[in-house]
Amino acid sequence: MSREGLLNAAVLLALGLVPLAAHVMGEPFTITLATRAAILALAAVGLNIALGIGGLVSLGHATFFGIGGYAMGILASHVQDYEPLFEWPFLFEGSTSMPLIWLLAVLASALAALLIGLLALRTSGVYFIMITLAFGQMFYFFSISWSRYGGEDGLSIYVRNGFPGLNTLDPIQFFGLCYAVLCLVLLGARLLARSPFGLALGAARQSPDRVQAVGLDPKRLQLVGFVVSGAITGLAGALFADLNRFVSPTMFSWQTSGEIMVFIILGGVGRLFGPVVGAGVFVMLEHWLGDMSEFWHIWLGLLLLAVVLFARGGLVGLLAGRGRAHD
Amino acid sequence: MTPILIAEQVLNGLQSGVMLFLMAAGLTLIFGVMGLINLAHGSLYMVGAFAAAATAVATGSFLLALVAALAAAAAAGALVERLVIRRLYDRDHLDQVLATFALILIFSEGTRWIFGSFPLYLDIPQALSGPVTLPGGIQYPLYRLFLIGMGLVVAALLFWLIACTRLGIRIRAGENDREMIAALGVDIARLYTLVFALGAALAGLAGALVGAIQSVQVGMGEPVLILAFVVIVIGGIGSIEGALVGALLVGLTDTLGGIFLPQLLALFMEPAAATQTGAALASMAIYVLMAAVLVWRPTGLFGARA
Repeated sequence: MSREGLLNAAVLLALGLVPLAAHVMGEPFTITLATRAAILALAAVGLNIALGIGGLVSLGHATFFGIGGYAMGILASHVQDYEPLFEWPFLFEGSTSMPLIWLLAVLASALAALLIGLLALRTSGVYFIMITLAFGQMFYFFSISWSRYGGEDGLSIYVRNGFPGLNTLDPIQFFGLCYAVLCLVLLGARLLARSPFGLALGAARQSPDRVQAVGLDPKRLQLVGFVVSGAITGLAGALFADLNRFVSPTMFSWQTSGEIMVFIILGGVGRLFGPVVGAGVFVMLEHWLGDMSEFWHIWLGLLLLAVVLFARGGLVGLLAGRGRAHD
Repeated sequence: MTPILIAEQVLNGLQSGVMLFLMAAGLTLIFGVMGLINLAHGSLYMVGAFAAAATAVATGSFLLALVAALAAAAAAGALVERLVIRRLYDRDHLDQVLATFALILIFSEGTRWIFGSFPLYLDIPQALSGPVTLPGGIQYPLYRLFLIGMGLVVAALLFWLIACTRLGIRIRAGENDREMIAALGVDIARLYTLVFALGAALAGLAGALVGAIQSVQVGMGEPVLILAFVVIVIGGIGSIEGALVGALLVGLTDTLGGIFLPQLLALFMEPAAATQTGAALASMAIYVLMAAVLVWRPTGLFGARA
């Protein structure tokens, strides 16, 4: 196993064992922190497909995170208020079942990614960054002014949604569920990166002209990559909303987009476990530095600056050495 | 919906448009000359506003406050360019986005540390307060008229600077071919610092001017920054004319949409639903405008390069 493979295994093991230890010692807060790290990692794994493999610098992934969150909020709030979501063509009362919520969150965010991708991929480079950022802001303002679902105040869901066979209100069980989803998605991302599609998407990043010359359409590859990426981040949004039992426009804010991107950079762009390491480090910093100083964002900013300027390849790059030679 | 109301709203739209232009002009210059996407431009807007508010409290002079805003933002811009931005010119856009995102965090938290979390207030000077009556019987705040005038004057100065001065020639040459003008003996590093400081000063001026009609607080720069991005995407990156046209389009669409969309919907919807739907749609209007421009011309109205 390569150094990076060992590191990955160690990270995955640590993320799984720390909450178990906390459960044994009776520290539910640590479990919640680990759950938060796992969900944020999932969101960043999604972005890493567009960013790491496809080279699409999307500064609007909070859009999909927020759509996933609101999918959960809207479905669950209708059940909570005993108001059917719609009565025609059939009666639908909303849902408090996680699998259905996840499915709808994934579909809704994939659809949004398709529409945004169709427009944003007409351009490239710095235009793409600005346009994804602008569409993210559009959803942010829309969620603020949409008073049916809480507007600026957001929506509280009092009971965490259910998953067949689990008591999701038990922190360790909910963590296990999020951890399992993260592992499955990581496995999927690994398979995707090595699949013909993933290789073609990577090639479209490195040399669109050559990809075109062998008869593939780089824009279409990028669009599919962007949709898959948005769908995964949307799933993370639904889980994040369930973790907090609360959704608000903050999930759509551009700072959220920036933070999801920060996880990837801290960890390492294009590395399978970059997002996991980055999200883990971010949550730890947020907890420890946040305890020490009200102004911990200064330190985060300085750390980020140092990583960008001096440690290209992120923490995984520092610990495991350079990536594959041909990349 | 009277003609007077419409005229007032058009003036409001113009006012927000020219202020957006001051932000967008700096961003588009910096991108055009150095190829850099600068997310921290909103922080320089905030630096200008805070410098103006602090100076106004200390000296009581609005003019000095404006001078302080220009100086503080230009100095902050030059400093940041020397320390950080300079290392980013030959990096890819991802590194630029992240490094300037880090700068936002540092600027915002630093300002919160120095000035606290509560908003500051910058008073409109006595000579510019109160309404004036315009031809046609329109009552309009003098200060907002002053903002429109100030924005147009600065825009004219900027166009003059770019078109007629030696610095402008160098800036335009730098946009076209940086190796060539370096070979001709222009100190590129100094030119870049100068352009960055100029863009920063424009942002700081906008922050100070707008700060007097809104509150001066941490995070005030980012919403404006994102609007300025929309302006640049519409106008075309690197084009000052595009920034002006885009800024006015965005300012007018945003202001008029917020007022007239609810009223338009009220013609065929219940009043309460119309207000709600109208507000929601109005908040999306400028992004729909941006999408429409993208479908029509992916490089913006005045953008030449692909």
